[in-house]
Amino acid sequence: MRKYILKRILLSIVILFFVAFIIYALMRALPTSYIETMARQKSMQPGSKSFEEWMAQLAASYNMDKGIIPGFFGWLGSMLRGEFGDSWRWTVPVVKKFHDTVWLSFAMGSVSFLIELLVAIPLGIIAATRQYSKTDYAISIVALAGISLPTFFFASLMKLVFAVKLGWFDLYGLVGRNYNQLSSWGQFLDKAEHLVMPIIVLVVVSMGALMRYTRTNMLEVLNSDYIRTARAKGLSERKVIYHHAFRNTLIPIVTIVGASLPGLFAGALITEQLFSIPGIGYASYQSMVSGDIPFSMFYLMFMAVLTLLGNLLADILYVVVDPRVRIS
Amino acid sequence: MAKNKESGYMSARESRRISRENRKITKEYEKRYKRKNVPESEYLTTMRDPANALEIEGLRTYFFTDIGTSKAVDGVSFDVPRGKTVGVVGESGCGKSVTSLSIMQLLQRPVGQIVDGSIRLNLGEKAYDITKTPLDVMQKLRGNYMSMIFQEPMTSLNPVFRIGAQIDEVLQLHWTNHSDSEIRSRTVELLQMVGIANAEGVYKMYPHELSGGMRQRAMIAMALACDPRIIIADEPTTALDVTIQAQILDLLRSLKDQINSSIMIITHDLGVIAEMADYVVVMYAGRVVEKGTAEEIFKEPAHPYTIGLMASKPVVGKRVEKLYSIPGKVPNPINMPDYCYFKDRCESCVGRCAGGYPEEIRLSPTHSVSCYLYDVKEDEQA
Repeated sequence: MRKYILKRILLSIVILFFVAFIIYALMRALPTSYIETMARQKSMQPGSKSFEEWMAQLAASYNMDKGIIPGFFGWLGSMLRGEFGDSWRWTVPVVKKFHDTVWLSFAMGSVSFLIELLVAIPLGIIAATRQYSKTDYAISIVALAGISLPTFFFASLMKLVFAVKLGWFDLYGLVGRNYNQLSSWGQFLDKAEHLVMPIIVLVVVSMGALMRYTRTNMLEVLNSDYIRTARAKGLSERKVIYHHAFRNTLIPIVTIVGASLPGLFAGALITEQLFSIPGIGYASYQSMVSGDIPFSMFYLMFMAVLTLLGNLLADILYVVVDPRVRIS
Repeated sequence: MAKNKESGYMSARESRRISRENRKITKEYEKRYKRKNVPESEYLTTMRDPANALEIEGLRTYFFTDIGTSKAVDGVSFDVPRGKTVGVVGESGCGKSVTSLSIMQLLQRPVGQIVDGSIRLNLGEKAYDITKTPLDVMQKLRGNYMSMIFQEPMTSLNPVFRIGAQIDEVLQLHWTNHSDSEIRSRTVELLQMVGIANAEGVYKMYPHELSGGMRQRAMIAMALACDPRIIIADEPTTALDVTIQAQILDLLRSLKDQINSSIMIITHDLGVIAEMADYVVVMYAGRVVEKGTAEEIFKEPAHPYTIGLMASKPVVGKRVEKLYSIPGKVPNPINMPDYCYFKDRCESCVGRCAGGYPEEIRLSPTHSVSCYLYDVKEDEQA
């Protein structure tokens, strides 16, 4: 087991190297260049140097005067020394900007993911055990509606109903008007209140898929021979479903849970934007649009590491839930 | 409508109508089955003959599918005497397994339902009519007084639980006044009884660590756990290779002498029947065509179908170019004819075969057959 994990980690390093190179090449090839925009602005000022002169000067100072490959190794070298540099767009160290934004997104993502698991899995099981009943149809309709609703539409609908008509929540923003006058506990509650709507939106749009997935898996398990054996033993329906069937349904669900680890940190671009929440999704989008290579590289590499970790985690969880899987 | 079915096509509207009607029918049955606290008088009954462990009378099990009602078991009657082995034989799809699942009430619900007849289970002081027994009482009977060995040992054990835990579970459920250590030692004893040498080790193993034969032994141990009155073995050796088959059959036979249970063995292998059974029931297209003691069925098969079955098995020491096979195929269970179901394939068909399904005719106190050929004979004698 230890040997297996070590092997996987070594392999991950190789994968990460290539991922980093591809991302770097793509970032460099983007049509928006941060230095170009800057040089144009500077050259517009009265009595300034020409655009070409500014370009040459800025490229040298931003380390962009080399080709893609030397540039990549330059970036890689400083990254390995732990120097992630300063963000061009935000003009603060990359790590600081990341730290400022990621935890908000993580809180939002993990709470909505937890709610999603707690709602979708039981509903999926109920739908499967009462296949083709009214309950099943109702759950399936809700699931499909959630899958089909575009985030921006559902978010706008929520805002209209709960913010404009009912006035329960603020229309957007992370903090209320009198945030600064509140005690620290009050500030926490204020933030939490502002996150209610975004979290509901995230849960509703992502829940459907997991619910359908659980239902399908549960149905498959319920039709298997060992469930018939369990019934033949005289076990109650409850025990058959929640003891014998549930453990087997968990096996494929674990893969999904492992794969959603990076999703917790990725932020929710559209939702954050619609509710004006300064999370990582919003920050990374702004960075990429303005061609902020240090911040984008850091963010994307972080995602790549999490994706690989998530896969490894899923594999390890597999061993935990399924005794047939043994890693050697 | 009949024309549609023959061509295999059915309009969407007709299919909807059928499934709507089916839902109405099955809902009633489900409601009856899932009732709680049903008075005992509703499902207790008396045995026709107290020496029988199980009596099946006029059992009809239908499947209400979207393309019509499939009469998988259509009026099956036979008895399983106490301490005896009854073999049920017939080709695939003749209703053998459905009969056995009906006895355990393990049909695929809500599509499959017992619509008529009675299955009487003898527990000594009490006798239950399984067809009327609600689910919560059924759960006390299953595993405890009646148990089942399934066809597929590879998939019949839950892959995520250890063998020991799976056998313990039956005992914990029905032996409520025993301690955990007593249950554990009983499980190990059961594993030894079914011929597993390393019982302590197997107790801690997962199903995937065992071979098919070993898993079937574990299944048998599970079935024997609570000393059931009747064990139903649904093709217990079909999925196993020949040497393991012989071992499992030997095991079942020797166990039968040790425990005082009745065994109902379902198979399409006449060799298994010949080795194991005291009584034989031959089924064809959801009905019993012939039943009798093993000797009667093998020595003097009466029904043309049984005769065909006997002719189609290889005989050691006899050289044949090609094994006999009964011509034609089984009629569609959704659209059964109203004459003898075997008529279209029968080689000794007589004029009377065109009218009505033949009655059961007794050839000896234990041997009976449903065929007009023997009806004629009795007419002449009379």
